[in-house]
Amino acid sequence: MFPPALIAEAAVNGLLAGAAYALVALGLTLVYGVLHIVNFAHGALLTCAMFAAWGLHAAFGLDPYLSIPPLAVAFFGLGYALQRWVIGPSSHGDDGNTLLVTLGLSIVLENALLAVFRSDTRSLGGDAGFDVVEVGPMLLSYPRLVGFAVALVTAALLWALLSATDTGRAIRAVAKEKLGAQLVGIDPRHVYAVTFGLGCACLAIAACLLLPTFYVNPRVGNAFVLVAFTIVVLGGMGSIPGALLGGLFVGVVESLGGLFLGDSLGQLGIFVIFILVLLFRPTGLFGPRA
Amino acid sequence: MSLLKAEGLSRRFGGLLAVDNASLSVPEGGLVGLIGPNGAGKTTLFSLLSGFLAPSTGRVTFDGADVTAEAPHRRAARGMARTFQIVQPFAGLSVRDNIAVGAYLRHAGRAEATRLAEAVATEVGLAPMLNAQASSLTVAGRKRLELARALATEPRLLLLDEVLAGLNPSEVRDIIPVIRAIRGRGVAILMIEHVMQAVMNLCDHVHVLSGGRMIAAGPPREVCADPMVIEAYLGHGAAARIAAGGAHA
Amino acid sequence: MSARDVLPGLMLLGLLALAPLVASNAALNFLLSSLIVALAAQGWNLLGGYAGQLSFGHAAFFGTGAYATAILQLRYGVNAWAGLAIGVALGALVGWAIGFLSFRARLRGSYFALVTLAFAEVLRILANAFDLTGGAAGLLIRMAPGAANLQFPSRATFLWLVLAVVAAVLLLTAWIAGGRLGARLVAVRENEDAARALGVDALRTKLGAIALSGAITAAAGCLYAQNFLYLDANIAYGTWISVEVLIACVLGGSGTVLGPVIGALALHGAGEAAKIALAGIAGPVPGIDLVLFGALLILAVAFLPQGVMGGLRRAARGLAR
Repeated sequence: MFPPALIAEAAVNGLLAGAAYALVALGLTLVYGVLHIVNFAHGALLTCAMFAAWGLHAAFGLDPYLSIPPLAVAFFGLGYALQRWVIGPSSHGDDGNTLLVTLGLSIVLENALLAVFRSDTRSLGGDAGFDVVEVGPMLLSYPRLVGFAVALVTAALLWALLSATDTGRAIRAVAKEKLGAQLVGIDPRHVYAVTFGLGCACLAIAACLLLPTFYVNPRVGNAFVLVAFTIVVLGGMGSIPGALLGGLFVGVVESLGGLFLGDSLGQLGIFVIFILVLLFRPTGLFGPRA
Repeated sequence: MSLLKAEGLSRRFGGLLAVDNASLSVPEGGLVGLIGPNGAGKTTLFSLLSGFLAPSTGRVTFDGADVTAEAPHRRAARGMARTFQIVQPFAGLSVRDNIAVGAYLRHAGRAEATRLAEAVATEVGLAPMLNAQASSLTVAGRKRLELARALATEPRLLLLDEVLAGLNPSEVRDIIPVIRAIRGRGVAILMIEHVMQAVMNLCDHVHVLSGGRMIAAGPPREVCADPMVIEAYLGHGAAARIAAGGAHA
Repeated sequence: MSARDVLPGLMLLGLLALAPLVASNAALNFLLSSLIVALAAQGWNLLGGYAGQLSFGHAAFFGTGAYATAILQLRYGVNAWAGLAIGVALGALVGWAIGFLSFRARLRGSYFALVTLAFAEVLRILANAFDLTGGAAGLLIRMAPGAANLQFPSRATFLWLVLAVVAAVLLLTAWIAGGRLGARLVAVRENEDAARALGVDALRTKLGAIALSGAITAAAGCLYAQNFLYLDANIAYGTWISVEVLIACVLGGSGTVLGPVIGALALHGAGEAAKIALAGIAGPVPGIDLVLFGALLILAVAFLPQGVMGGLRRAARGLAR
C-alpha cells in the first residue's frame, strides 16, 4: 500500500494535469454543443498546435507561455477556415458525413506532420519542465500549476464571451434553435465557423500549457483525443462546466490509476470509464437523466 | 368484441400530464375517429397504443391480449399498423422497396413481398410511382406511401395519424374512397383527423380528446353537437352563443 | 439477387486470379494485403453501409480473428483451419457482445462510432499487456508450409484462397442485399422508428448485422495472421485497420455489393502509386499514403455520394438517356 501523502500528491498532480485535459475538452464540448457534431480532428489539431508552439520555441526561442496569444489567434483563424470551407460544405449537413470528414481531416493532419517531422519525439529540452513548488508536504509541478490557473481563466473568459457578448448570444441562439436564429438574420455558417475557431483557440492554449511538461510527436494528439471524448461524455456533451469538472476528474483518475495499476494498464481506466458512461449515462454524470 | 381496447391510459412528461386517464375501444372491422383540438394529446395517445411510448398507468389490449408492455414491432406482428403524422419514408429507397419492408413482415421471400407491395401500391393509387425514389414524392404521394407501407403488413387494425393533413381538397376527395375500401376488406381503422368533413363521412364512432382527457364519445353527428366538444374547440361560452344564435335565426 | 450486381465483381476477381501468371512476387504480396483489407471492408459494409451504423473500431473483430488463429495454433496446437473457424465464430461473438451493449443502450451516430473505437482500444491495451497474446513482443506463428496448416509454399495458392473467400462474401452480400434481411437493414438505417412500426425488430436486425460483420472481418484477421505469420497488438487491434476498411467502403460505395472490394483495391493502388511516385523525388516519405487516404475520404464524402459504385451507376444512367 502507498502512504497517504503519496496518494494525495498523485491526486493533486492529477488534478493539475486534468486542467489541460479540461481545456482540450472545452473546445470539443463547445463545438459539440453548438454544431452537434463530434469533431474527430480535435486530437490532430492539438498535435498541430503543439508542433506550432514547439516550432516557435525552436526557431525564435519564444517561451510557450508567450506563444499563447499569437497561437490562439492563428488557430482561431485556422478553425474558422476549416469549418467554413472544408468541413461544412463537404458534409452536406449530415452528421455521419461530418464524422467521416473530420476523421479524414485527422488522418491527413497527423500523417502530414509525420511526413514532415518523421516519428521522432521532441521536447523543449532544458529542465524548466521539472520545476516544483513546495506546498505543505507535497511537491507540485510548477508548469502544471500555471496550466491549472490559465485553464481556469480561459474557461471563465469563454463563459463570459458566451453569456455577455453579441457573438456569444448568436452562438447560443444557433445552438438552441438554428432555424429561429436564421430567421432573425444570423448566418449559421458564420456562427458555426466562429465556434469551431473558438474550439481550436482553446486547443492552441492547451498546447502551449502542455508543451513544457510533455513531448511532441505526430501521434501525441491521439493520447488526448479519447481522453477528451471521455471528459466530454462524462461532463455531458455540450456542457462547459461539465467539461471542466470532467477534465479534473479524469486527471485524478488517470494519475491514481497509473499509481495503482502501473503505466501500461493505467490508460485502461479511462476507456473503461468512457464505455461505462456511454452505456449507462450517455447524458453525462452532470447532465439530465435520459 | 372490441379488437383494440385502451383502459385508463395516462402519460406524464415531467410536470405535464399529456394523456390523462383516457379510454377507448375499436371494434373488429370498425372505423373510429379520434378528434380534438391541437395539443390535446392525440399523437401521444397513438404512441401509447402502438408501443412507441410506455404509459405511466393504464392498459392496452389487442385481440384480448395485454400488449401494454410490448414493443412496436411485436404489436405490428399481431396485426396493428400505424402511420406517422410527420411522414417517415425510407428516403433512399424506391417506392416499391419502401412498401416491401412492410410486406416482408409476413412474407420471407422477395418475389412474394414484391408482388404484395405492387398490389398494395395499386390499391392506394401509387402504382405509376413504384420505381420512383421515395424522396421524390409529393406530400400527397408520401401520405399514400405511409398508408401503403402500413397496409403491406396486412394489419387487422390501422392507426392513421392525420393522413389527410396537408392535402388539398381534391386530394382529400381522392383518398377517402381508398380508406373506405380498406375498411370494406374488414380492416379496422382508428384515425386521428382534423378534416371534419372526412370524419363525418367515414367514421361510425368518434372519440374526443381535449387537454389529455376524453371529453366525449359517440356517433359523429351527436359528438359535433355536444356543447363540451364545441367549447373545447371554440372556447368557453361558445356553445351557448351558438345555441342563442340558432334560436334567433 | 440480380446477376447485374454480382457478375462484374466475380469477373474482376476471376481476372485477379490470373495475376500469378504475370505478376512479380512483390505485386502478389501487394494484391494479397489489398484483398485481406477488402474482405475486412466487406464485413464493415454490412454494418456501416447497409445498416448505417458507423463503426470506428472494426479492429476489434480483425484482431480477435487474428489472435484466435495464432493463439490456438501456438498455445493449444489446434489445426489452422479449425482455428480459422473458431476465429470467425469469436468475431461474431465479440460483434454480438459489443452490439448488445451499445444498441441496448441506444447508442447511434457519433456515440456508436466512439464506443466501438473505445472497445477496440481496450482490446489493444489488453493484448499489449498480457502474456497469452505475447504482450508487446507479439506472436510469431511457426512457419510450416502445408495445406493442413493453412500455409502454402506458393503465393499463388494463398491468393486463390483469399479470392475464393472474397467471392463467397460477395455472393453472400448480394444475397442478403436482395432479400428480407437487406431490406430490414436499410430500413433501420433510413428510419428506425418507421421500420419498427412496420414490424422490424430493430435491435435484432442490428445485432444480426454486427455479428455477421464481426465474423467476416475476423476472417480477414485470420487470413492476415496466416499470411504474415506475425502479429502484435498494434497490428491486430490497431486503428489502421479500422480506418482503412471504413475508407475503402466509403470510397468504393458503402451499402453497395461491390463497393468494399473496389474501394480497397483503389485505395491501396493509389497509396502504392503515391509512395512510388514520391520516393522517386524525395526518397521514402512515411505517412504519405495515409495523407492520401484521408484526403480521398474527405473528397469521397464531399463529391461522391455512394462512392465509386454510385458514380458508375449515375454515369451508366446518363449514358442510357
